[in-house]
Amino acid sequence: MATPNPLLLIAELTYRCPLKCPYCSNPTDIGASRYQDELSTEEWQRVFAEASSLGVLQLALTGGEPMARKDIVELVGSSTENGLYSTLVTSALPFPRGRVERLKHAGLDHVQISFQDSDGVGNDAIAGTRSFTRKIEAAALARELGFPLTLNVVLHRRNLDHVDAFIALAEELRARRLELANTQYHGWALVNRSALMPRREQLETAERSVARARERLGSKMEILWVLPDYYEELPKPCMGGWAHDAILVQPNGDVLPCQAAGSIPGLALENVRERSLAEIWFESEMFQRFRGTEWMQEPCRSCPLGRQEQDFGGCRCQALALTGDAAATDPVCHLSPNHDLVVDAREAANEDESARRSQDGVLVPRTLSAIAPASA
Amino acid sequence: MAKVTLERPQLAPGVRLHWDKVRERWVLLFPEGAVALNETAVHVLELCDGERSVEEIAATLSERYSGADVREDVDQLLGAIAERGLVVDGDS
Repeated sequence: MATPNPLLLIAELTYRCPLKCPYCSNPTDIGASRYQDELSTEEWQRVFAEASSLGVLQLALTGGEPMARKDIVELVGSSTENGLYSTLVTSALPFPRGRVERLKHAGLDHVQISFQDSDGVGNDAIAGTRSFTRKIEAAALARELGFPLTLNVVLHRRNLDHVDAFIALAEELRARRLELANTQYHGWALVNRSALMPRREQLETAERSVARARERLGSKMEILWVLPDYYEELPKPCMGGWAHDAILVQPNGDVLPCQAAGSIPGLALENVRERSLAEIWFESEMFQRFRGTEWMQEPCRSCPLGRQEQDFGGCRCQALALTGDAAATDPVCHLSPNHDLVVDAREAANEDESARRSQDGVLVPRTLSAIAPASA
Repeated sequence: MAKVTLERPQLAPGVRLHWDKVRERWVLLFPEGAVALNETAVHVLELCDGERSVEEIAATLSERYSGADVREDVDQLLGAIAERGLVVDGDS
């Protein structure tokens, strides 16, 4: 199969962020010195130009907090020059009017604002900083300036019961889209898995709320609903398949097929300071290793469901984190010999509160200081 | 879901046509998505300026296609795209 060209560039501009979300998708070693050496404005501009030549259409400007980059307006301008559709994925801290107007002028296409909960108390507790009111103001400003607005919410045990309130909030803020994504257990979220894992009835209630709202809202608002892997019996095609659609660049220029791929041992790190994006995409071991289906082991290799090209074996990083082997079948799959690891974690979340261990409810906030690696 | 009917369609805010130079085709870009368009779809969407009515769009295209009746195709295409919220009425 010919290697497809990428459609999406995820630009993690910085790991600086005023929030401390305990499920952050950034690596758990964000405090490491190599990430402090951030790409310069000119280097990012070159990356955007190379991405455009490679066929990328969508650019996610994210972090950390992308607004922490002093050159964010220039970077958006460069995205526009290269014809990319730009999304600012922001906590809205900060989101000052003057700068946001300049972002609009520079051609920013779309604003996505994260909410940690549907009310101030819950939101600020998870975010680890007072931010709810500022997010509301930011959403209003984004709409006033004519941006299509997406609210994005990471769901877990502590906010999953608030799905109706999230939908009401999105309507009130005239959001075009609401992204309700259950936590995927990588990095920080894996560290905090027992505290974040929802109960089954929470999920079922939330799903019914989503179905009702979709019926009622029709084309007015798009609601995305992402199930947590752990409650599924078949894996997702992580990132649309390894090195199939997306390319991710970290603040220091390291290039990965997904947020967590740097955790896989034996894959040499690639950096935009040393090679072009095209070389990395088409030729590097990092991108070739799990591309397509050739690398698969059993039971994927002879999948009785014929799903090799549908789910591409699921998530490599999850396979590594749970089984120690990045080439194993994602344990989310009921055909995986390690599926019990997923079932056990999910069932532990459904035990009576009294049966849960005392540390099960404790959240470790995202921090720049080193933490112990997660034990799966 | 109620069927979406439009008077004077235009692309919704944050939706735009884009020539994909690598794959050599037109695409419609919108928040976190893209769809490839055939030539007819591009012609229809280029005429969606929030001023022209669906009828006028169909008439203009019909002229371009030597009198062929394209009204049904235009309705179908706009309906499908409106259902995803990507075209809206000019006065909305």
